[in-house]
Formats: sequence, structure tokens, C-alpha cells
Amino acid sequence: MSDIQPENLPATTPGGDAQTPAAEVVDQREGMFGVRGTGDTSGFGGLRRQVALPGGSAKPYGSWYDAATEKLESLVGDGAIEKVVVAYGELTLHVQRDRLVEVAQHLRDDEALRFEFCSGVSGVHYPNETDRELHAVYHLLSITHNRRIRVEVSCPDSDPHIPSIVSVYPANDWHERETWDFFGIIFDGHPALTRIQMPDDWPGHPQRKDYPLGGIDVEYKGAVIPPPDTRRSYN
Amino acid sequence: MTTTDPYATADPYAQGRDTTEGKVFTVTGQDWDSVVSGLGDEPEERIVVNMGPQHPSTHGVLRLILEIEGETVTEARCGIGYLHTGIEKNMEFRNWTQGVTFCTRMDYLSPFYNETAYCLAVERLLGIEDQIPEKANVMRVLLMELNRISSHLVAIATGGMEIGALTVMTIGFREREMTLDLFELITGLRMNHAFIRPGGVAQDLPPGALDKIRDYITWMNKHLPEYAELCNANPIFKGRLQNVGYLDLAGCMALGISGPPLRATGYGLDLRKTQPYCGYETYDFDVPTWDTADSYGRFRVRLQEMWESLKIVEQCADRLAKMEGEPVMVADKKIGWPAQLAVGNDGMGNSLDHIKHIMGESMEALIHHFKLVTEGFRVPAGQAYVAVESPRGELGCHLVSDGGTKPYRAHFRDPSFANLQAMPILCEGAQVADVIVAVASLDPVMGGVDR
Repeated sequence: MSDIQPENLPATTPGGDAQTPAAEVVDQREGMFGVRGTGDTSGFGGLRRQVALPGGSAKPYGSWYDAATEKLESLVGDGAIEKVVVAYGELTLHVQRDRLVEVAQHLRDDEALRFEFCSGVSGVHYPNETDRELHAVYHLLSITHNRRIRVEVSCPDSDPHIPSIVSVYPANDWHERETWDFFGIIFDGHPALTRIQMPDDWPGHPQRKDYPLGGIDVEYKGAVIPPPDTRRSYN
Repeated sequence: MTTTDPYATADPYAQGRDTTEGKVFTVTGQDWDSVVSGLGDEPEERIVVNMGPQHPSTHGVLRLILEIEGETVTEARCGIGYLHTGIEKNMEFRNWTQGVTFCTRMDYLSPFYNETAYCLAVERLLGIEDQIPEKANVMRVLLMELNRISSHLVAIATGGMEIGALTVMTIGFREREMTLDLFELITGLRMNHAFIRPGGVAQDLPPGALDKIRDYITWMNKHLPEYAELCNANPIFKGRLQNVGYLDLAGCMALGISGPPLRATGYGLDLRKTQPYCGYETYDFDVPTWDTADSYGRFRVRLQEMWESLKIVEQCADRLAKMEGEPVMVADKKIGWPAQLAVGNDGMGNSLDHIKHIMGESMEALIHHFKLVTEGFRVPAGQAYVAVESPRGELGCHLVSDGGTKPYRAHFRDPSFANLQAMPILCEGAQVADVIVAVASLDPVMGGVDR
């Protein structure tokens, strides 16, 4: 398929070295200006481009990443770490969701890892990544070693459960509530998983991609400008 | 009516009503008598008080739910979300440059930190971290440190006001006003600047700004000691703050507390030192700490940090004096926002020189201008997390790009949000009056908490 180009990625060979990881396609971008159907006379409507995130890196990862991931692998055994991504000078560990608490415990307690500080969890919704739609992304800081690491866990939309790591990092209490509130990820074992930003009776989870932004048309001197999420724009 | 209802007739604002949860009173101050008499012969000692969200001493629209027995708080919880404006969601529908306009409004007392964290994350994804002009970095540091002073001044001023130290409030806002005047001079706005942009800053320093900064430094050197003189050894001030809101290092680590509350435990964790950004490693400053882990310690840390910030501002001014005419935006024409603004006789707008350049001189410049303004730039797919040391602690920005012209996801780890989790542990077991002091010592800004 020569007409489908992974967009904006460094020139890469699949499974290349750590700094140019193979891309992981998560979506397809269509068109150019947000115009759909017969209204598009530009010809750009036929444009199809892949949306690809940096994929798994191959060893060696470079820097302190190798020692840290090997140490963690030796502690939690095979299978817990699905994928290691090194991109933009940051280390991301994709972790099996049922092993998350164990991994977090070792990341915090092991002397060679010692990630004492959890900066919270952030959700990301990839609606076209089948069975991995919802991602929970944790950022940990090791004050001892002055390092940062990212732990990413995914779960399907049909079964949005991820174990809570509040028992390991109490700091995550509100952050997990926020991610539940905005993405609908249920953190099993959280002491009180209730909404935190939206009202208690709010329907839906507003930061999912299928949740509209909302807004009304604005009229100015006879011209009508639609709200941002229905406005024509480059995509 | 045969039965007399003392609290129904005494005060229309302190009426009682029965609910399934028990008796509910709406109290607006100075009418505790009606509540006490309304409790009847067998009063229930345990009262649940909703403090806020519109209470003057809870720092914006923070709601505190306090369970009190007499004057003692037995349980305390926060209710937040009253200022949630969906900034993160909105950013997904605007281009990368417009994102600055949104995130600057989160923590409205430290807007430059929001902007910097966001821009550093965008720059990491763009791979242009090394190409940011030196002058842009110095201006970022200058603005951030001025912002730290203005933010700490608000923290100290409102904290003082809440315990009755009104002079601290009036002088605090006086000095803050001087800082905001500088912001207005440099960025055009007192808050919501959107001045720091991906690739650099929006404008060069205006003429005369350096003189104003030097005047400001002189002014602050004269007036900053007043806070220490008013508060440091003041027995009432110390009586209200010392041993109130105690949280030791272990507690801070467990709850993810950063910033002054952490440094007041004696541990000088500061991202400007440990993971420097914007060239902080080249400035000479110290990280003040205190060892009492209480509200007084946090006050002293903030006070000392203002001096350190002033030192950095002075160094920035010296550097900027030697950088006249240097660029403040990345040289890459496909990223750097092209338009320079100028003040005309009808207000601020595009500079006429720039319009002449794109309309009359350079076709390429016109194309770059058009593409950047209509489409924006595309950011390579991936994610980045950048943290900066805001006046309140670690402000992190997690950005996900799908390779498009807009952020796929922007998330901010706001230090106010994280630090506010410590509210129950600071307040439980203390008196109601101490709750005010303890919350003020965390210095939460609800715009940042709720985003």
C-alpha cells in the first residue's frame, strides 16, 4: 500500500534500534479539512493516512533503561511487561493490567528502582484500538535516582477495569477518581471511587473521544460560526 | 401556632429543617445561638458543617465538609469540581499554539508555569528542545520567577487575611500589583497571558522593560523585609501557624505532596535543581527549606523563596541587557509563530512591518504565515511528560499527539490538586479555626485543582 504513509514518523525500519521504534498504528486519518461527503470538491477528502504511535523498542534501550527494565523483569517474571517503548528520551513500560499492582510495588520498593513519587494517572482514549481502547498512564519519579518512568496499562472498553494502585501510592487516590470520572475506567480496589470533578449524577465520561465537546453556534454580523467540535478544521 | 420554634422566628437565615439525614441548618455567621438552641434538650454533639464552596476563607470555590464535635474537627473531606471548565477537553479541539491560551487559565495565579510546562512538552515532541533561542529561555525564566513572587505574595497575603492579619494582605497585594505591572508591560496582560509559545515567546521585551525590572528589584529589596518584620516573630502569627497543619516527610511522600509543604519538612526537592529546564542550571540560587513541617514552616519557605526568585530575576535582567535584538522564537519557519504585534493608534494588532514583509516582500513568508495561522503545525505522534517546579510544586504536563494539528490528549498534573489531598490529614483532630490556616498553607488554587 504505497499510498498509505505513516505520518510524521522518523524514517524507520521495523524493529529498528531503540531511538527509532517501529510504529504502532492506532487509527486512520481521512481527508484534510474536516469536510465530509459531496461538499468536498478539493480532492483532499480521499486522503488516507495512518495514525501511528511509536511502537515497541528492541534492546538495548540505552541509558539506564536496560538495567532498570531487566531488574524489573527479574522481579516480576515474564509476561508482566508487554512492551517497552523508548521515544523522545522517555521510557514507557506497557504492563499487563492484572500485574499492575505487583509491578508498582516493585517499582516503588526495590532499591535499584525506587520510584517513590507517583505523579498521578492520566487516561487516554483510543477508540479505534480494538480491545485496548482505554489507557491509563502513570508517571513515576525516582527521587533517589532522579529518573522518570511511564507505566501504561490498557483495558477494553467492554471491560473497563484496571486494578487500583492506591494501596502502593496513596497519592493516586484523587487521580484515579478523576480518571474514572473522565474516562470511565473502573479502578478495582480503590477505597471510594466516586466522581470528583463532574457532579455525582452526571451521565457519561466527558473526556472520551466519543463524548462531544458541546457548544452552540455563534452568530456575528449574520455569519454563523459553529462550535469548535463541529467546525471545519484541519485534521 | 402553639409550638414555638425559636430558630424559625429568630433569624430568617438560620432556619432549621428536618431531613432523613437529621436536622439541617443554614448558617451564615453570628447565629450559632439559634443553632445551639435549635438542637433541643438532647443535643447531638456531632455536627457536619459544609464550609464553602462560597466561603471567603476557602480559597475560591473549595468546599470543605467538616464533621465537628464542639470545636474539634473529627473528619474532614474536600468537595471539588466547582470550577471545572473542561480545559483539557477543549485543548483537543484547538491547534497546538492555541493550547497555550487554554492552559494559561488553569492555575490563574501562576499562568507562566502552565504555559511553560505545556510548551516544553510540545517542544519535546517536536524535537526542538535544543533549538529554543537563549533569549526566549531567559525570558521564560524571568517571567516564571516574577510569577513565583506574585503567587507567593497572594499565598501569604490571603493566608494572612484569613487569620486577621490585614496589613499582610494589603502590603502583599501592593507588591503583587508591581509584579503584575511588569507582566502587563512585557506581555500586554496581567493574567491569562498566552505569552510563552511552542518554540519561544510571543514578543521581544518592549523598550524600557529592563529599567522597570531594575526599579522593581530595588522596590522589592526595600519592601520584602516588611513581611519578615511583620510576621516572623509576631507572637499572634506564630501562635496561629506553629504546629498547625503538621505533615512530615513520610506523609508528603505517600500523598505525593511537592512544593513548599514538602520543603517545609526539611527536604529540599526542587525540580529546578534536580531536573533543570530552560537553563535553570546556569543560575545561582538556593532552595530554602524549613524543618518544622507545619504551616509556619511553609510560610517561611515561601518568604525565603521570594528572595531566591528575586536573585534569579536580577540575573535574568543582567543577561537580557546583553541580548538586545536576539531572536525570541525558534528559527524554524514552519513552527515559529511569525506575527509580531505592535501597538497602533487603534490598539494592538499585527505589526505593520510584518504585514509589509508578507504582503510585499516575501512569498514564502506569506505561505508560512498562512499555513501556521490556518492549519498550525503538525507534531510527531507520541507522548511526553514534562514537569516544572511551579510555586505550588510539581506541575506536570502529559501530552499525547497523534501526528495532527491538535493535541490528541493534554493532561495536567496540577500540584494544587495533588496537595489538596492532604487536607484531611492536616485538619482532622484540630480546631475549626486551624482548618483555615492549614488549607491556606497548602495554597491551593481552584482553577488548577478543577481545570
